[in-house]
Amino acid sequence: MMNNIVILPLLIPLVAGLLMGIARGNIPLQRWLSVLSCLFAGAASLLLVKQVFEQGIQTLAMGGWPAPFGIVLVADMLSSLLLVTTSIVSLACLLFAFRTIGSEREQYYFYPLVQFLITGVNGSFLTGDLFNLYVCFEVMLVASYVLLTLGGTRSQLTEGIKYMVINVFASSLFLIAIGYLYAVVGTLNMAHLSIRIAEIGQTGFTTWVAVLLIMVFGLKAALFLHFWLPGSYSAPPAAIAAIFAALLTKVGIYAILRLFSLVFYHQLGITHGLLAVMAALTMIVGGIGAVAYWDIRKVLAYNVIIGVGFVVFGFSLFTPAALTGAIYYLIHDMLMKALLFLLGGCVIWITGSGKIREISGLISNHPLLGWLFFVTVLALTGIPPLSGFAGKYIIIRASLAGGTDQPGGYFLAAIGLLCSLMIMYSLLRIFLHSFWGENTLSLDMEKGSIRGLLSPCLLLMAVGVFYGVGAELVYPYIEQAAVSMLDPDLYIRAVLPEVI
Amino acid sequence: METLMAVTIGILFSIGVYLLLSRTLLRIILGTSVIAYGVNLLIITMGGLNKGGAPILGGEASSYVDPLPQALILTAIVINFAVTAFLLVLAYRTYLVTGTDNIDELRGIDDE
Repeated sequence: MMNNIVILPLLIPLVAGLLMGIARGNIPLQRWLSVLSCLFAGAASLLLVKQVFEQGIQTLAMGGWPAPFGIVLVADMLSSLLLVTTSIVSLACLLFAFRTIGSEREQYYFYPLVQFLITGVNGSFLTGDLFNLYVCFEVMLVASYVLLTLGGTRSQLTEGIKYMVINVFASSLFLIAIGYLYAVVGTLNMAHLSIRIAEIGQTGFTTWVAVLLIMVFGLKAALFLHFWLPGSYSAPPAAIAAIFAALLTKVGIYAILRLFSLVFYHQLGITHGLLAVMAALTMIVGGIGAVAYWDIRKVLAYNVIIGVGFVVFGFSLFTPAALTGAIYYLIHDMLMKALLFLLGGCVIWITGSGKIREISGLISNHPLLGWLFFVTVLALTGIPPLSGFAGKYIIIRASLAGGTDQPGGYFLAAIGLLCSLMIMYSLLRIFLHSFWGENTLSLDMEKGSIRGLLSPCLLLMAVGVFYGVGAELVYPYIEQAAVSMLDPDLYIRAVLPEVI
Repeated sequence: METLMAVTIGILFSIGVYLLLSRTLLRIILGTSVIAYGVNLLIITMGGLNKGGAPILGGEASSYVDPLPQALILTAIVINFAVTAFLLVLAYRTYLVTGTDNIDELRGIDDE
């Protein structure tokens, strides 16, 4: 189905960002444009969800060039749901940024950069072409390089350098994989790749390219190759860190989900086995990191890593139930990680310090902030009826479904559950130390006022609670996403109707 | 020809990795650039090194070269140019703020 709406989530932030670049001095206009861009992109994505649910996968051939020759944009259920989540999360982070980011950063193109970042993220979700995926990744990354170093404090610069060098190197590896793949199959359209690899069989060389791609996306998604993440996510201000935590690693996960369900699904033992091992190691290392540090920013950053591990763990099982759980958990993780970073940002905003040991008794002056944090901790741990529960339950049940024939499933389930405990321990420790205890900070001694900062948090919390309590309502959409991932023919028929 | 290209790409990659593993910021940035050149050569080799007319504009010819790898490289060069330029500015700014270009001395924030 050709459909012009498919390009809107890409076009709206791009145009909004360009307009803001022209209106550089006019900060109120930039703020309005940011909010409007998120709202319109969100509305377009919701419309896409509805259309995909009723009519199947929607496509748009750019410039009218038919699919294997031109670049094609494809909106299936997975992409559309992630687009909606991206709009919600970026709206909340922008509302938070209005009060906290400071006029200095606003003057230096903060709002346009966020829009370009969203352009890159949405483009990665929508594109049906491997090289275009690389380009969208770069759009996103270049915006993130500038956002990470905007402000130019010492830690931002030193962490920014490492983050950039790692990502430039990973992008080179991505290009190498693209080059090899083009040499073997002679196409870069993902649907076409899927057909050709199914025809010639996934030989040793193709599998090797697939493993190279796992390394590339592992670097981008912090899947085991996560060593750059804790530093670079704790350097920027809370609003930027929340956008990064919610969107950047998730694009890497999306790329893994897309490529290893659509293209490389013939050698499950090698590729998905490797993914499972990396996911288990990620969860363990992330859990240890989260428990080890006494700095709020570091603890939260390691929680991002655990989330990545858990989603990929669900995906690596590659059964319908496990995929449903992985997609459900991925969306939950985007919402809740943004919320967690914003709430952590509130604490740091009030106290001016990220050290858990130096903060105590915040709850007497900020009860709402405290209880929001507590409910977020419960949601991330997976306490029903909040949103973490359904995803974890489905994934764990799916990993045990193999029975004693697949003992790996038991190991993974055990690690996954243990990590939930570590998430709860690491976050409750923040709650107990900073919110309970003797109040050492009177209202007039606070570094910043959180007036108005809690409304974006409440927005995210409302969406999160709806997502958890209304899991029944959302389930048909998630299920459709999982079904279409397991049946590449649906995707191929939508993109290349004349080939099949 | 392909063998020669393979050896050249290999040499570029080894130089790039060697520079990337050194301690000076400028050398690291040069390393990423050299690797990027290696990648571009690799893509053009992967498209097949054959003689032929230019596609569409080349008129009548018995064979045509594949335009796609060239389009890919053009895009990759532009992106790499922009990223390297930003990386150089960032490195200079870091040098001004921290007073060093030694990556060992640029270790992260002291946490505990």
